[in-house]
Amino acid sequence: MEDQIVKFYQTGTFTVGNRLLAEGQRSVQADMHRTNSLNSGHRACQGCGEALGARYAIDTAMQATGNQLIAVNATGCLEVFSTPYPETSWQIPWIHSLFGNAAAVASGVAAAQRALGRPHVRVIAQGGDGGTTDIGFGCLSGMFERNDDVLYICYDNEAYMNTGVQRSSATPPAARTATTPAVGFSPGNVFGTGKNVPLIAMAHRIPYVATASVANLRDLERKVTSAMEIDGARYIHIHVPCPLGWGSAPEDTLKVARLAVESGLFPLFEARHGKITDRTHIRRKVPVTEYLRAQKRFAHLFGNPPELGRIALIQQVADRNIEEFGLLQ
Amino acid sequence: MDKPFAITLDAGSSLANKTGSWRTKRPVYLDRLPPCNHACPAGENIQGWLYHAESGDYEAAWRKLTEENPLPAIMGRVCYHPCESACNRGKLDEAVGINSVERFLGDEALKRGWKFAPPGQESGKRVLVVGAGPSGLSAAYHLRRMGHTVKIAEAGPLAGGMMRFGIPKYRLPRDVLDAEVQQILDLGVELALNAKVTNILESMRAGQFDAAFLAVGAHIAKRAYIPAGEAARILDAVSVLRSMEGGEKPLLGRRVVVYGGGNTALDVARTAKRLGATESIIVYRRTREKMPAHDFEVEEALEEGVLFKWLSTIRNMADEGTLTVEKMALDATGFPQPTGQLETLEADSLVLALGQDVDLSLLDGVPGLKIENGTVQVRPNMMTGHPGIFAGGDMVPSERTVTVGVGHGKKAARHINAWLRGTVYAPATKHELADFDKLNTWYYSDAPKTVRPLLDIARRTSTFDEVVHGLDETNALFEARRCLSCGNCFECDNCYGVCPDNAVIKLGPGKRFEFNYDYCKGCGLCVSECPCGAIKMVPETL
Repeated sequence: MEDQIVKFYQTGTFTVGNRLLAEGQRSVQADMHRTNSLNSGHRACQGCGEALGARYAIDTAMQATGNQLIAVNATGCLEVFSTPYPETSWQIPWIHSLFGNAAAVASGVAAAQRALGRPHVRVIAQGGDGGTTDIGFGCLSGMFERNDDVLYICYDNEAYMNTGVQRSSATPPAARTATTPAVGFSPGNVFGTGKNVPLIAMAHRIPYVATASVANLRDLERKVTSAMEIDGARYIHIHVPCPLGWGSAPEDTLKVARLAVESGLFPLFEARHGKITDRTHIRRKVPVTEYLRAQKRFAHLFGNPPELGRIALIQQVADRNIEEFGLLQ
Repeated sequence: MDKPFAITLDAGSSLANKTGSWRTKRPVYLDRLPPCNHACPAGENIQGWLYHAESGDYEAAWRKLTEENPLPAIMGRVCYHPCESACNRGKLDEAVGINSVERFLGDEALKRGWKFAPPGQESGKRVLVVGAGPSGLSAAYHLRRMGHTVKIAEAGPLAGGMMRFGIPKYRLPRDVLDAEVQQILDLGVELALNAKVTNILESMRAGQFDAAFLAVGAHIAKRAYIPAGEAARILDAVSVLRSMEGGEKPLLGRRVVVYGGGNTALDVARTAKRLGATESIIVYRRTREKMPAHDFEVEEALEEGVLFKWLSTIRNMADEGTLTVEKMALDATGFPQPTGQLETLEADSLVLALGQDVDLSLLDGVPGLKIENGTVQVRPNMMTGHPGIFAGGDMVPSERTVTVGVGHGKKAARHINAWLRGTVYAPATKHELADFDKLNTWYYSDAPKTVRPLLDIARRTSTFDEVVHGLDETNALFEARRCLSCGNCFECDNCYGVCPDNAVIKLGPGKRFEFNYDYCKGCGLCVSECPCGAIKMVPETL
């Protein structure tokens, strides 16, 4: 009988856990005693991708550091829904200051730990795309340029969701938001330009940059663990769908995130010192329309007649990603 | 007031905020009926035993399997596996090779000498089983495990029924048959051979039996009137296959024509090839598509050089062995109609494989029975019109396969048990079906079916060695692990992992999960991301 590459669903790495795997090979999220850093009772919407992404990332970092972790949070959904004073969902040391200064506060916390003789205590700064790519961008760039010992995690849901879905510099072309409505000659957000913060982070030549998706838990956990093994400035950009802002069904959060990856619109890669070192291949390639159709923010593209030209432009973005990052095996 | 500057409230946990109140729908865990289980005529819990095989616990798998069917090594060779036709994995890549894993488990049990657990408590009741074919053996096994004293009366010289006298050795080696029969007898079932029951009521009275299960099979070959010369050699399939079990092999000659389109016709044609026939031709009045025989068997026969004449009927056979064959044509309703076009075919012998009838003589004089079209009518509980006499297998109206027979035996045993205890057996209500659309196949990787090696063609046309070989441990494990576990939780932790609200509680290995409805917001992500469809959303009630 011919040999074949044996990949069973039970021992593959697609599901969260697996009864047939040895303990050490299972994901952090499969662990009965995971930290649950972001605990129940938070006020995120049903099916929130950001709440999920934050728990995935911080639980992993807690495990990687032996629970020696402090998190600094920018203003945004994550901060508002998790910590309405005096209650909090965080089960780790956690601090919030302002919208734009999370990276700077984190640099300070890291310096303080060093000064206190606790270099083993690691620091994570986290925020949404608004706090990262717009408002906190200057502080973030400074943290990178100084190579401060902080892992900055951006949970990218592609707009200011907490304040009512206003566009950010991470909003994709054609997406409808409260400030880029689906009306007029060229509805939705602008085409052609944009701000790719992972690539900008790479331009700082910091030790580690990665993109991740809530739809690929194993990949995400591996990247956070890798980042915690490195000293200096690190950046991880996690794609987290927002059912409210994107107009997707709450039960479809992971499906939508998966389609973003499988269409090529959200490439998963890793870079060290400014050079791409690895990428996660697409498993089942899909046209961008599958991703777009699952979200009401793109519904205006599929009217009668559909905007085939603009859909083709979005497909071009995906195709270019696939080629640039080598996403197909 | 020893709070820090500007702090007026005690810090608290968000656990005070019971977000479960947001919910309008709630997720619930459920077991759905896997399509394989649904399709199995013997009612096996296939997904259930594959679950144990996946972790390499073959004995647990065998024990789970034999809760429903005591003959896995036989099943793994002769069953037409409707489970595989129904398997959801077939829509993904290829169906799971359930039949080959079943055979592996059965062979493993024989190799390792695993025994059935003896009955817990003797009931003191006596049941007579008539016929040691698949149905009778199955009923005897289940009745014995329920604590009843069971005696099988078999008219033939050996146990097995059609499994011995109808199925050729190249499909079912006799040592396998003997070994699985012995496992049942080892439970304390009494087997009387050459013990034909001629009057059932008399036999029950004489042996002080409280109930009887009849499974005498259908052994009388149907004949068709074919004008023939006195020297023409016309045989029937049942006696040809039966005489294969004796010392003297049937004399079929070099050119053999088999008339019929069922699996028995194929068995005879393939047997003739092995006996040295240079030509073995099946004549059938309809087309290959309309043939009742299973297509994989037609395929195997073609590979072995068996020839087919479709759309043909045999008009007569002359002394010197010349058959006159008339071509047929299908009419608008798909029924074959004569065309008047004749041709001839040379044959040393003609074997009729036109179906079988039941020998019902043992039922003469039993009041209350209903017989229609040569079969005994039974109620849904498998009881005949006469209280205490049950029947199953080929002698009742049904599809005549080993697996259906085994299923009848089990079903009858459960009803007999209830009847003997003065109760009524109520089968558990069936779970809703786990259709393909209930699965999230993203989580399953591609893994094509392990094809069982076929005996080299040259060898198999000249010998009666087994044609299909078994799996070994590594590929049996591979095959078992291809199971999607449709509708039944396999503890992949997806629900536990994907809940944004930590509202899924993991209870530990083998204990599955529980929802924490205090915090579950009812988003439904767990349902969408459950690979096997073991969760569903139901509306909240006020």
